[in-house]
Amino acid sequence: MIVTLSKDVMKVVKDQDVVPFRNRVKEYAVKIKMGLVNQTKLITAASELVRNMLKYASGGEILIEIITKGRDNGIRLTFKDKGPGIPDIDLAMKDGFSTGKSLGLGLPGTKRLVSEFDIKTIVGEGTTVRIIKWANG
Amino acid sequence: MPFDISMILQKKKMQILEIWIKKQLESADLREDLFSNEDLRASCEELLEVLLSSLNEDNLTNPASADFDEVNEILAGISISQARQGFNPRETALFVFGLKESLIEILQEEIKDPQDLFTNCFKLNRLLDTFSITTFETFIKGREEVILRQTDEIAEISTPVIRVWDGILALPIIGTLDSARTQVVMENLLEEIVASGSSIAILDISGVPAVDSLVAQHLIKTVSATRLMGAECIISGIRPEIAQTVVHLGIDLSNIVTKATLASALKFAFQSMKLEVKRVQKDNRNIVS
Repeated sequence: MIVTLSKDVMKVVKDQDVVPFRNRVKEYAVKIKMGLVNQTKLITAASELVRNMLKYASGGEILIEIITKGRDNGIRLTFKDKGPGIPDIDLAMKDGFSTGKSLGLGLPGTKRLVSEFDIKTIVGEGTTVRIIKWANG
Repeated sequence: MPFDISMILQKKKMQILEIWIKKQLESADLREDLFSNEDLRASCEELLEVLLSSLNEDNLTNPASADFDEVNEILAGISISQARQGFNPRETALFVFGLKESLIEILQEEIKDPQDLFTNCFKLNRLLDTFSITTFETFIKGREEVILRQTDEIAEISTPVIRVWDGILALPIIGTLDSARTQVVMENLLEEIVASGSSIAILDISGVPAVDSLVAQHLIKTVSATRLMGAECIISGIRPEIAQTVVHLGIDLSNIVTKATLASALKFAFQSMKLEVKRVQKDNRNIVS
């Protein structure tokens, strides 16, 4: 069973918000004593997703939570946007696929960086991505 | 009988102005160093004039009315200039609140019936509150502009190109690489390659906190551009955690020369330029003989 210990909501609407958001995630990761490598992975994943949000949905809201399951502590990030949605999830999760002239590693790469990855999208309504990184995961 | 408060206020304009200015002069926070009394009087007069001439019985309860566009414009102008001059938010807020108090003081003198007084004060309050919100918003916008300008300045100065050796350039990148920053970095680097005739450029990313796919893409572009100019590009300062993240992310940097430290990048550069760094014995007569 996953229990939420603390939560925080942050809005990201412009490029300048990315760095403060990343720093906030880092603060939380340090708080639960996450190792440097996992910290970097989490921050990079968060950075990928927040950039996607800015690029395709011109911003959204992120819920940052410290969660615990048994003896494991972790960070759960929920990225919610009201963008156009993703028509073909399987294609978007494929390495090298991009509609926006980027490397196309954002979503599949993020999935490899975190412990748990969950994406829900409705075309025309928006996308919600939820990731979990355990402190020792 | 309903009062036409816009008429009352219009009649008492001078009195309102006097009370308002007196209030501000009395306030201990008055910044005479930033704002002279004449300027204060002039901007108060302008605002009051416009406010009273656009106020009528119909738009009193409708702060969003287009009649107040001019008022909002003047308020925005005042608060933006105050933000830039370094006023604190309290002073700017007091400016509008002072006007509200002065207007209500006059109404109190003019309207005797408590019920009427209350309704009219309430309407006026609501209107002026909307104006103070406008002031807050523009004040903060003014401050944000200052911050954005500083950010641009930092980006400008934080990408120096250093000639570490004849033909070798180093470029330490500190902070996040975004599109605008990459543009500055690339321009500086390419120009310096031409100016110095260098054949090797070292991009040091020790100071980049996270390398995500966007940053990697920018790095790859910079390297390709450098190669087009006929120079080789080495990326140094890759920390262990960054290396692991880049691999998991699936970014392919295999056709770029990468090194862990600036020192090893420099060593590599020396090797490819067929230079050698040697420890020289102080007493080298033996070698000669």
